[in-house]
Amino acid sequence: MKFTDEFRDTELILRTSDEIRRLADPKRHYRMMEVCGGHTHAIYRFGLNDLLPPNIELVHGPGCPVCVLPMGRIDDGLAIAAEKDVIFTAFGDMMRVPGTHGSPLEHKARGADVRIVYSPADALKIARANPSRHVMFFAIGFETTAPSTALTLMRAKAEGIRNFSVFCNHVTIIPAIRAILDSPDMRIDAFIGPGHVSTVIGCRVYEWIARNEGKPIVVSGFEPLDVLQSVVMILRQMERGEAKVENQYRRVVPWEGNRAALKVMADVFTLRSYFEWRGMGFISQSALALSDSYADWDAERLFNVPGIRVTDPKAAQCGEVLKGVLKPQQCKLFGSECTPENPVGALMVSSEGACAAYYQYEHRKSQLVSIPA
Amino acid sequence: MCLAIPAKILSLVEDPVHGALVEVVGVRRRVDISLVEPEGIAPGDWVLIHVGFALSKIREEDAYDQLRMLAALGETEAAVQEVEGYFEDTAEPHAKEDSYP
Amino acid sequence: MHDMATALPASKPKTIRFRDPQIEMAHGAGGKASRRLIEGLFAPILCGLSSEPLNDAATISINGATIAITADSFVVSPLSFPGGSIGELAVNGTVNDLAVSGARAEALVVTYVLEAGLPTEILEAEVRAMGRAASAAGVAIAGGDTKVVEHGKADKMYITTAGVGRPIPGVQLSARSARPGDVILISGPIGDHGITILLARGELDLEADICSDTRPVIGLVEALAAAAAPGLRWMRDPTRGGVATTLNEFARDCGLGVCLFEDRIPVHDAVRGACELLGLDPLHIANEGQFLAVVAPEYADAALEALQRAPGGQHACRIGEVREQPARSVLASTPYGGTRIVDMLVGDPLPRIC
Repeated sequence: MKFTDEFRDTELILRTSDEIRRLADPKRHYRMMEVCGGHTHAIYRFGLNDLLPPNIELVHGPGCPVCVLPMGRIDDGLAIAAEKDVIFTAFGDMMRVPGTHGSPLEHKARGADVRIVYSPADALKIARANPSRHVMFFAIGFETTAPSTALTLMRAKAEGIRNFSVFCNHVTIIPAIRAILDSPDMRIDAFIGPGHVSTVIGCRVYEWIARNEGKPIVVSGFEPLDVLQSVVMILRQMERGEAKVENQYRRVVPWEGNRAALKVMADVFTLRSYFEWRGMGFISQSALALSDSYADWDAERLFNVPGIRVTDPKAAQCGEVLKGVLKPQQCKLFGSECTPENPVGALMVSSEGACAAYYQYEHRKSQLVSIPA
Repeated sequence: MCLAIPAKILSLVEDPVHGALVEVVGVRRRVDISLVEPEGIAPGDWVLIHVGFALSKIREEDAYDQLRMLAALGETEAAVQEVEGYFEDTAEPHAKEDSYP
Repeated sequence: MHDMATALPASKPKTIRFRDPQIEMAHGAGGKASRRLIEGLFAPILCGLSSEPLNDAATISINGATIAITADSFVVSPLSFPGGSIGELAVNGTVNDLAVSGARAEALVVTYVLEAGLPTEILEAEVRAMGRAASAAGVAIAGGDTKVVEHGKADKMYITTAGVGRPIPGVQLSARSARPGDVILISGPIGDHGITILLARGELDLEADICSDTRPVIGLVEALAAAAAPGLRWMRDPTRGGVATTLNEFARDCGLGVCLFEDRIPVHDAVRGACELLGLDPLHIANEGQFLAVVAPEYADAALEALQRAPGGQHACRIGEVREQPARSVLASTPYGGTRIVDMLVGDPLPRIC
C-alpha cells in the first residue's frame, strides 16, 4: 500500500528507535501526550511502546470523540430512533456504546431500525431510497469528520431532501487541549498533535500551546515511522529547551489547514456556547450545532429529546484517564466491573478509547518475562 | 476522527457531484472531492480519504523527503543537522530559527 | 515425546455461567459472547460438567466402529456472493468441521428452513450449488428435512447439517498435546470470506475483486496427515471470529501462549485494503476455506511442504509458534519488535472511522 507500507519499514523504524534512545536523557522522565484516539490505537496496534526507552511515557489524551460523549446524548439519539418510521444511522464506532437502556445494537435487537454507515453520504442515500421514512444521522467526530457532515447537509438542502436530519455531536479539539493544560494535575511535557484533525484546522492553531504554555507540539501522522519521528522531533526541541509547533505529517497536513473545509463548516455549523464532555465537565465553545439555516435538518429541533444528564458512576474514573492523570489499569473498575464486554464508561467500548486499547492489546503482556523478537 | 487512508484517484465521476472513483489496493469506492478540488485533482493523484470524503491531496515529494531524512538517521551528526532544515514549516519563507555550531 | 500423564496442567475450567438476560447478535458472532453462551448454558446442561475442551466434531463408538459426527447451521445474507452461496457453505463447512477433527466426511443430512415467499428459482439454485459442492467434496447427501415458516420468520432460508465421517488413521488431535516450540501453520490467505460478505451486503458501497474462499479442505488435511500425522497436534478452521478467536481458544485449551509473526500472515491485497479502510483486523475476519494446524517442530518442514504441494495449498505458510508465555493468550509481533495481544472480539467486527 503506497504511502503506508513505506512508513512501516522495519529498517527505518529500528533506526528511528535508536535515535530516540540516543536523544533521550537517561536522567529525565518524559511525558508526551498523544491527543488523538487514532494515535492511541496506532501505538497499541504497532506495539510502539516496546520501541521506546522506559523513561519516555506516552500519555493518552481525550481525543476520542466517542469516549467524550456523555451517556445522556446517546440516550437522546436513541430516543429519536424509537420514534415511528425513523432509521437511526451512525458509524460503527457508536454501535456498542451503552446508553441507559442499552447500546444502539441492543436497540436494534429489540426491533429499532439501526444501521451502520461508513459515510454520512451513505445515510443521505438511505434517505433518498426511503422517502416515507425519516433517516437520522448520529454525527460524531472532531474537525476531521465535521466537514463531511457539513457537505452532506449542504447536499440534502440543495436536493430538497426533507426526510433526513443530523443529530450533531461534533466536538472541537482545541478546547480539549486547553482543558488538559488547565488541569491542576497536568504534568505533560509535550504533545503529539492530531494529524487528521490538522488537515482541516492546520497547524497555526496550536501556536498558543508552544508560546503561552511552553510545550512543544508536533503534528503527527499515524504510521509507526510518523509517531516515532514525532518523538524524535519532540526530544530535539526539549534538548534545546525549545517549544514550537512542528509539522511532521507534511505530506498530508497543510500549515494553513483546508480552507474549503473550514468554509463549509462555517456555513453549516455554529459553536455551542458550552457542551458537556464525559469525564471533563462542561467546556465552553467546544462543540458544534447546526446553524439556523439548517434548522430543518437539525434532529434536535425536529424531535423532542429527553435531554437528561446522566452522570457516570462515581467509581468510574473515566475523567482522570481521559486527562491522562490515571492510566487505564489504575482505574478501580478496570478489568473487573468494566471490560469491553461490559463497559461502564465509553473509554472501554470505543476501540480507540484508552481503556479498550489497553485491555485489548496490552494488559496481559505484563505476564511476559521477555519476548524474543 | 482519525481513520483516514491514502487512496489513488482512478477517475472523476458525476455521481456524486464533485466525485471521484478511488482505489486502495484493489478496493474501490466513490468519494466526494469537494474539499480538495480547489487544489486541482486528476486521475493518478493520491488523496487522503475519511468517511467517503477526500480531505487532503498527498504531496509525494514531502513523503520522499521524510523517508530520506529517516534513512539519514544514524549517519554523522552534521548530515543530520543539514537535513533538519526540512523539519521547519513556518509560514514565513525561511525564518530558520536554529543555527547550529 | 512427553508422557501424557505428566502433561502440562490443563487450564483450570472456570465455571462460566451465562447471565445475559436475552440473546443478542453478538452471541452468534463466534467471539467471547458466543463462547460464554456455549460454555455457560449449552454445554453444562447438555454435555454435563466436563473439563474437556469443546471441539468441532465428536467421536462416538457404535459396535466397535469409531465415527466422527458434527452439526452446523448456516445463516448468511446475502444468500449468494462472489465465490459461492449458502449451499456451498453448508457442504464445505460441514466437511471442514470433520476434516479439522481428523475425519473424512462420508455423508451429510441437511435440513432447510424456508421462508414463505422464497422464489423457487433461488431455492433451486442453492440446492444445485449444494449438489455440486457435495460432488466436489466426495460426500453423499443422504437425506434431509424441510420446514416452511411464515414470511419474515427466516431470512429467506436457513440450512442446518449433520455430517458423519471416518477418522483418518494415525491422527490424534488434542490441544493439550501442544508443547512450546510447536509450529503454527495456516493453509492460505485469511479474511477473504468475511470481507466478501461484508462488501456483498452493499451497505458500505465498496467494490473489490475479492471472493469467498469456501472450499473443502479435506484434501489438504489428508496430505498433511500423510506427511506429519505423528506430529500433528491440533487443527481448526477459523470461521466466525477469525484466526484470532480460534487461536485464543487453542491457547486457553492448552494453557500455553501463541506468538504470531505479523509479517508472515498471508492476506490478499484487496482484503488488506478493505480492512485498512474500515478499521478492521484481518485476524478477526471469518474464513470458509482455510484451517490452522499445530505441528511438532520436527515435522513442521514436512508438513508445510506437503501442504504446499497439494492442490490449493500453494499459499500455506508458517505464521507462528507455541510458547510458554503469554499463557492462554495470543501475541503478535512485528519484525521491528513491536508486540500486541491479539484478543477475541466480543461480537462481530464493526467498521470504525476513528
